Amino acid sequence: MVLADELAKQQRSISVAEFFEKNKHLLGFDSPTRGVITTIKEAVDNALDACEEAQVLPDIYISIKKTGNDIFRIIVEDNGPGIVPAQVPFVFGKLLYGSRFHQIRQTRGQQGIGISAAVLYAQLTSGVPTIVISRTGGKEPASRFEIQIKIETNEPDIISEKQYDWDRIHGTRVQIEFKSTMSAKKKLLEYLRYTSIVNPHARFRVELDDESFTFERVSQEVIACPEAIQPHPHGIEFGQLKRMAAASEEKLLEFLVEGFSRVGKKSAQEMCDKAGLKGTVKVKGLSTDHLKALHGAMQGVAVPAPPSSQCLSPIGEELIRRGLDKEFQMDFVAARTRPSSVFSGHSFMVEAAIGYGGKLPPEGNAIILRFANRVPLMYQQGACAITGCISNVNWKAYNISQQGLPVGPILILVHVASTNVPFTSESKDAIASIPEIEKEIVLALQDLGRDLKNFLSRRDKNKLAEDRARAVCAIIPELAAKVSEIVEKPLVETSPIEGKLMRKLIAKKSTRDGNVIIEVINYAGHDGEISVYDISHDNAAGASPKPDFVTDVEGQFTKVWKVVVPPQKIWRVTYSGKGGGMLDIRGIEDNKKMVVDLDV
Amino acid sequence: MSKDELDKKSMKALLAIASAWYDQMKAGEIPSISLPTRTKYNIEYDDASEVWKYGDKESLRTAATAKSATHLLKMAYVIGFVKQQLIENRSSTLREMYYISEGWKRAKFGAQEESNFLIEDLEIISEVPREGFHLHPEENGASIYGPMRIKEETRRGLRSIHCQDDVGQAGYTIPNNVENIEFVDHDAKFVIALETGGMYDRLIENGFDEEYNAILVHLKGQPARSTRRMLNKISTTWDLPVLVFTDGDPWSYRIYASVAYGAIKSAHMSEMLATPKAQFLGLQPSDIRDYNLPSDKLSEKDVEALNAELTDPRFANDYWKKQINLQIDMGLKSEQQAFAARGLDFVTKKYLPARLSEMGII
Repeated sequence: MVLADELAKQQRSISVAEFFEKNKHLLGFDSPTRGVITTIKEAVDNALDACEEAQVLPDIYISIKKTGNDIFRIIVEDNGPGIVPAQVPFVFGKLLYGSRFHQIRQTRGQQGIGISAAVLYAQLTSGVPTIVISRTGGKEPASRFEIQIKIETNEPDIISEKQYDWDRIHGTRVQIEFKSTMSAKKKLLEYLRYTSIVNPHARFRVELDDESFTFERVSQEVIACPEAIQPHPHGIEFGQLKRMAAASEEKLLEFLVEGFSRVGKKSAQEMCDKAGLKGTVKVKGLSTDHLKALHGAMQGVAVPAPPSSQCLSPIGEELIRRGLDKEFQMDFVAARTRPSSVFSGHSFMVEAAIGYGGKLPPEGNAIILRFANRVPLMYQQGACAITGCISNVNWKAYNISQQGLPVGPILILVHVASTNVPFTSESKDAIASIPEIEKEIVLALQDLGRDLKNFLSRRDKNKLAEDRARAVCAIIPELAAKVSEIVEKPLVETSPIEGKLMRKLIAKKSTRDGNVIIEVINYAGHDGEISVYDISHDNAAGASPKPDFVTDVEGQFTKVWKVVVPPQKIWRVTYSGKGGGMLDIRGIEDNKKMVVDLDV
Repeated sequence: MSKDELDKKSMKALLAIASAWYDQMKAGEIPSISLPTRTKYNIEYDDASEVWKYGDKESLRTAATAKSATHLLKMAYVIGFVKQQLIENRSSTLREMYYISEGWKRAKFGAQEESNFLIEDLEIISEVPREGFHLHPEENGASIYGPMRIKEETRRGLRSIHCQDDVGQAGYTIPNNVENIEFVDHDAKFVIALETGGMYDRLIENGFDEEYNAILVHLKGQPARSTRRMLNKISTTWDLPVLVFTDGDPWSYRIYASVAYGAIKSAHMSEMLATPKAQFLGLQPSDIRDYNLPSDKLSEKDVEALNAELTDPRFANDYWKKQINLQIDMGLKSEQQAFAARGLDFVTKKYLPARLSEMGII
């Protein structure tokens, strides 16, 4: 008993701030390198969400400067709607304070702890208060706050507050100083690049030390702000139902229709019947047992999926493609937005994209870009359901090699948008394995795999045709010459083979002994009315026949002949020069012509 | 077959390939050639000749893609090159041909491996060994010592050589073209092919060849083509027993197998290169036990190789099953020279006479 008394003296409530002070990893502050990314991520999330709500095109400025030994000053400034002065201390100086926590819609930040956690981390490591400047409109003055958090009580500690002369009409600027390193600079830029891909309407200007980067917007359209919806009867937990009931003044039937998404009078009545309750009883007075029965009945009645069009905000196939194109040079990009779906009463939507070739690294695992509600997931790739789904797809079926993950010059983007993204942990790095979500991801990837396969086979076919042309036009004549020499017979004519194999209009360019010869042979079976474009450093002054016109751009001469080549006939031009450059035939469909440079 | 006959056969076969292409092109067809598939899945045991040969699987190479067309072009250049060699009665090594191809522009080889492979292709199609193309490997065959007389057509004229009386103590060096050798006569009862030079020298020094009328052939490890061809010709021309004497380890059994049954790489030539009548003399695993020879422990790789041999059709008989299983049980291997532990004359005075009479040779 004495011991219990002793212990009782030590027992007291713990403030949220105190709790997180001891559990920084839960907020993504487990290492100084991660701290920078987490802080910028939280500030940028807030900025983008705010701009969306105010329907402005986000223009976000980010700066990181070293101010002392291991101390970095991070500034994030947006052109959003600003925060009213009365709210500023709470948004930045109180953990678990936010406007979006109670709403059911797709938002970037969900729990309202991110940016205040950075303030807490700053005061723990550098002791410098966080500076917030905010202005809500042209008629309002800007306010400047210096804020910290009272750790024992989790209340804001306003060190100073004053009016401020700010050239911005509206927006928010946060300046935080804490202990960190810039060893994760590459990762940070990667985070910003990925963020700009899935937020193609936003512009990011970045200053790191003395370097600056801009991730430009590719869309001028303000994205629609998702609207909050009522909870869905299938997704609600008992505790939440109990709280809603306690706060309600309505009768049961109205409570169900008004308070929940997609519940009509008919299904509400069905729920009442199943629970053995009258629709006319006051909800407030229901006992726990009654509420339990009601909760069970709600799960048992078929209700349409929650309306996703208003609470979710997918990026869209076109904008994903444009976003990717902007940041990666690839030969092929395809994107899919899947129809919305539901897990545990939460709406979600999967979007995916696949890119191939171009400047992607030709070897090694595919580059994977994971997103949740337009926020890049930068850590714990291996633990994420998205990675699992990518590995589970049989990529070999789409002619892509695979060692778990697909291998080669491939980029895969997956975006999961939901009113409640199921993360594996508080630090929101990886999406949990929810069968409904996994199914949608796999379907999207398979769909894209088919697109990629088509692209690859088309490309291979073109390559094969090109290869064939080269064989027929360059190697077979050489083979004919050698074979004729061996058997000591007259040179065998190989143009019938060309005709047989090609059935096309063939243009050949070759250079021998200082003479350039261009031949156009028509195996197509009908008149070829064409223009021959020959672009090189040769001016072709002595060309026979003469070009129809010649243009000269800084020593690059474009020679054009307009000719009609009858079937089975050869048109030929010769001039003295060094060859090289490019030959093109226009006026005929791509699949009916073939251009071969015999000098290559 | 005499050298002239072989030259004529080569020329005819090569011109046939070129003529076929010429005719195909003249008819407006894309030139092509058909080749046996050269993988271990297309190797079959031929009961009649008792050697391993390529099966029926063939692949057609047509000049319809740049890669195949280039392959045919290279083949045409090689045919032209060989034709010239035959006309001028010159020869070159495989490596020399590879360097000569430098001047063939689009038809030049990327690596010597590629040109070697193409020569093998030509051997298969024409059924003429590369010696018929006047192409030979850089290294010579091994040496031979014993009571036999040959005539070799050399660059300096025809030479008659007795392989005991007319040679130094290292023996007669097998030339890379055995086709130029005429087998005149012999006074031998059998041939022993030896894996190591040490044992070859020991037998010569102890006068084993004279005492038992034996022809000794040094294999130099895995035997070269010309060495295998030499054994094949001695065996077929004079109908002498051929005995293979190697170390007592799994790799040496493979040397025996390549002498007796042929190798996958030269399966198209097995009839010329393999000596199906060759018998394994030793060193047998049971010898290690019976003579209590100094030995080494089998390594993991050795055991792996032994197990692979248990499933190899070339070793699928009771003798080898018994010996290999015995070796795995003992976990030991020995070298030929291990007999020296019983004295320098032990192998010639005791072991070989005993083993050869057990085999019914003497």
